[in-house]
Parts: sequence; structure tokens; C-alpha cells
Amino acid sequence: MKGKGPAVCVGPDIDTDLVIAGRYLRTKDHSIWVEHVFEDLDPSLAPLLEGSVIVAGKNFGCGSSREQAAIAIREAGVVAVVAPSFARIFFRNAINVGLPLIECDLACMEGCLVTFDLAEGWIEAEGKKHAIPPLSPRMQAILSAGGLVEYWRNQR
Amino acid sequence: MATLSERILGGNAGEYVDRKVDRAYVHDGTGVLTLEAWKRIGSDRLTDTTRLSMLFDHIVPANNSTTATLQHELREFARGSFMHFSDVGCGICHQIMSEGIVLPGEVVVGADSHSCTSGVFGAFSTGVGATDMAAIWLTGETWFRVPETLGIHLSGMFSGAAEAKDLALTYVSRLGMDGATYRALEFIGDGVAGLSMDDRLVLSNLSVETGAKTGLFYADDVTVQYLARAGQTVKPQVPEPCTYVQELSIDLSEIVPLVAVPHRVDTVKPVREIAGLPLDQVFVGTCTNGRYSDLARFARIVKGKSVAVRTIVVPASRAVLAEAIRTGVLAILVEAGCTIGTPGCGPCLGAHSGVLGEGEVCLSTANRNFKNRMGVGGAIYLGSVATAAASALEGEITEPEVS
Repeated sequence: MKGKGPAVCVGPDIDTDLVIAGRYLRTKDHSIWVEHVFEDLDPSLAPLLEGSVIVAGKNFGCGSSREQAAIAIREAGVVAVVAPSFARIFFRNAINVGLPLIECDLACMEGCLVTFDLAEGWIEAEGKKHAIPPLSPRMQAILSAGGLVEYWRNQR
Repeated sequence: MATLSERILGGNAGEYVDRKVDRAYVHDGTGVLTLEAWKRIGSDRLTDTTRLSMLFDHIVPANNSTTATLQHELREFARGSFMHFSDVGCGICHQIMSEGIVLPGEVVVGADSHSCTSGVFGAFSTGVGATDMAAIWLTGETWFRVPETLGIHLSGMFSGAAEAKDLALTYVSRLGMDGATYRALEFIGDGVAGLSMDDRLVLSNLSVETGAKTGLFYADDVTVQYLARAGQTVKPQVPEPCTYVQELSIDLSEIVPLVAVPHRVDTVKPVREIAGLPLDQVFVGTCTNGRYSDLARFARIVKGKSVAVRTIVVPASRAVLAEAIRTGVLAILVEAGCTIGTPGCGPCLGAHSGVLGEGEVCLSTANRNFKNRMGVGGAIYLGSVATAAASALEGEITEPEVS
């Protein structure tokens, strides 16, 4: 899987309440989550997300298991999220809904182009190329299928 | 020689394993997306539904017609599938799991991050998201990366007014919000035997606030007796020598009453350092501190007095509420001016009753004080039940007295 997009920088320990607040969860309408994504962190972020690569600090996605956080980011058009580490439930959720995550400690420059190739195992920003650890074979298979629902649909 | 997680999952740390789950549960929040994902997989197959639970606890009773309709659909599905169903008013999913459902040695997954709570029974119990849960509904199993384990050695006994919550905030602050990411915690050492199950539940409950997958205790005589009262016969687990990737030692006698200050669970201060901070609300409850012993301890402190600030008490389960009625604890709370909520998560997640207004400050016995969590512009301080009771009486953050 390859991708590229301008960086949108966020800090460390972004919890899933900040990605999508509890007051917006009780619906099946995904557009509500896209509308309010990152609202409590910084309301000016949402319009920047289409086609972007989020570059975050450590422990992105900590806290609540709410999968709406991963769905909101994916449906906002984010190409991938890059962080030195991810909270583990968010990590599984993101892969399960087809949102690529990249474990890398990248110094973030707002708007600078980030390119990556998961199969070849690298990410590049500001002329610097970094090796990235591969996902487990299972997670690669889930992500390649487009998510866990599609993975199981293919198994049937 | 293996850690408890390695023994239960049957693999070495770092290995990926597929495991049948003994218990899988969702609540009214995560159940909606789980059902949606399960339908999208396109199978009408469900695994053995005696191992599945659906428990309504997040917005109970429903606060508006959108929530009510979502809950109606879930309720009908749960009843039609014959899975274990726990309706509005029965209590918090993790509390129900700890009332005789989860047993030592089991593999348990819940679609909620605080599913780590059941690690207290010597089970490998962890949180997953909705789509993972949908696949578990289909197959009855899931994959795990067997975690490395961080050992927390406890010694000594509590002194003064300190209690399990203060110990939990101590280890979270020492490890930090990602100090145990991808790992499991094991609570071990001479200090464990003197902790009740309710104390231990608090410690396991906060393990996810360090990023841990779960927080385990070895089942011992205290566990065996607790589960016997819930009608379950189990045997203690015997620890083996094992390797921890990191170890932390805490002497319980050195713990003092603490609060976690906004907006991080790992940023704690001694209560005495911020005593006098005016409060708008005190909240006692949640999967952290909503058990009978918590309500009883709160009642002992406020008995015959009046709270000076709006105080919301939400029992963790119907069993907790029923016991509080039987013993007179509930009457003491009501006479002291507390508002009693429906058993469930209450105001913890800021989605219904007990939401904070802009600029309001709450002292809560819950486990998260993230920005805006209980309401936009509200500030959350996390503390013990004793700190909550002392603070409720004064209307400001107050150091609890030694009882």
C-alpha cells in the first residue's frame, strides 16, 4: 500500500474523546463523526484532513475503545496516521476499518509532503527516508482487504 | 516459567496466537457498531451465544428517541439471539462481569476499554473495538499478541486515609499514560493479600490508563472466597517464577490521598496541595468506584451531615443498589442530600445525566479526566471515595480525615 499527503501535526497522547466526543456517538450516521472530528482538540483541524497524513506524538488513540474515532479519521479522508506509538485498541480498530497506521517518530512540519510505501517498509518526509516496522501478517491481510469486515466477507 | 498472561494465552511474549474467547461482551454504545459490522460481514452465523453478553450501561435509561431506537434494535437482537442480556438498570458491564461471571484462567474480551477490569480474577481480560467484536460474534475467537508483562510489587498496608484509588493513581502517575502500552500488568507481592477484591478491582480497572492490555492478579484465597459468595467454585492460581520486562515497587504505607488534575490521569497531586479548590459537582460511581463498599464508605463519612455541593451517586449495579437499600446506606446518602442515579456509567462519559456546564469543576471517583469528557468546558479531578466524601461536605477539594 502506497500513499502521500500533506502533514497535519497533532501532539502526544491524543485520546479518542478528543478525536470524537462522547456526545456525538449515539448515531449510525458517520457524517456526524466526520463533521465533529477533533472538535475538542482544535476545531480548525477538520477542514485540513481530506487527503492528509496525520503526524502525531506518542500514544495516539489512547482511552476509550470507541471505533468511531478510527472511522471518523478514515471517512474524513485521512490517508494514514503516523505516530511513534499507538494505543493498542485504537491500533486494532484502525486496521480493522482500513485506516493505515505507521509507527514512526517523525518530526512534523505542518503541510510538508509525507509519502510512504507499506509493502517496501518506508516513509519519507522533508527528504528523509525512515524504515518502518512491518505489520503482522494477519494485520497486513486485514488492511489489504480494506478492513476486517471485508477480510471476513472474502473468507466466506 | 511464564507470566500469567503467557499461561492463559498459551504462548510466549511477542507471539501471535488465535484463541477461543470464554466471554465476549458489548454495551449499548459499542453494541450498535458491532451489530452493524456483523451484518456487513453478511453472515447470519453467531458463535455459541452462551458465551456472549450484551449489557446496557452507558446511557440508561435512554435520554432521547435516537438513543432509544438504537437500544430497541439492540435489545430485540440480543433477545432473539439468546445471548446473555442485561437491560437498563442492571448495571455496568464490568461490574456484572465481576459478580460471578468471569472466572480465573479465562480469556475475556469486552467492547470497552475498561474490560481490563476482569483481569482481577486472574483472567486475561481486555478491550477490543466493535469490528473485532463482530468477528468474535461470528467465530468465537480472535487473535492476540501475547504481551510482555510489567510486574508491580506491592508491599505494606495502607495508612491514614489512603485507599486503593490513591494507589491506582500512584502507579498510573509513575508509569505514565503510555508506560505499559502493548504490555500487561501483574500485581504481585506481600501487599496483595491484604487487599479486598473491591480494592483490587480499582487497580485492575485503571490499568488501561497506562496503555496496558490488562491488569492481572493471581487468584488467591480472597478471590476464591469472593467468587464462592457469587456461587462459583474456583481454585487459586499458583504463581511461577517468570520474567518481567519492567518492575515497579510500591509501599502501600507511603501512599497519601491524591487527585489526578485536568486533563491527564497520570498528572497527580497530593490532595493537600490543592485543598480548597471550589467544586460544582461531586460524582461517586463508575466501574472504578461504584461498588457497595464505596457507597458504604462514602455514607460513613457523610452520615448525619449535609453535602455542600450537588453530589451524584450512581451504584455500579442493581446488586450494589439493593445491598445499599438493605443496609440503610442508601437512606444515609439521600438524607445527606445526594442524588441517586440509575445503576450504570452515569455522568462519566458526558453523554447524559450529570453533564458539566462550561467552567464547572467536578471531583469524580471515575478513571478519566480527559478534556471535555463530562461536558464541554468542564474540569474533572479524579480522587478516592474518601476524598469525594470529605470534599462533598465542604464543597471544595478537601483532604479526607483518618477514619
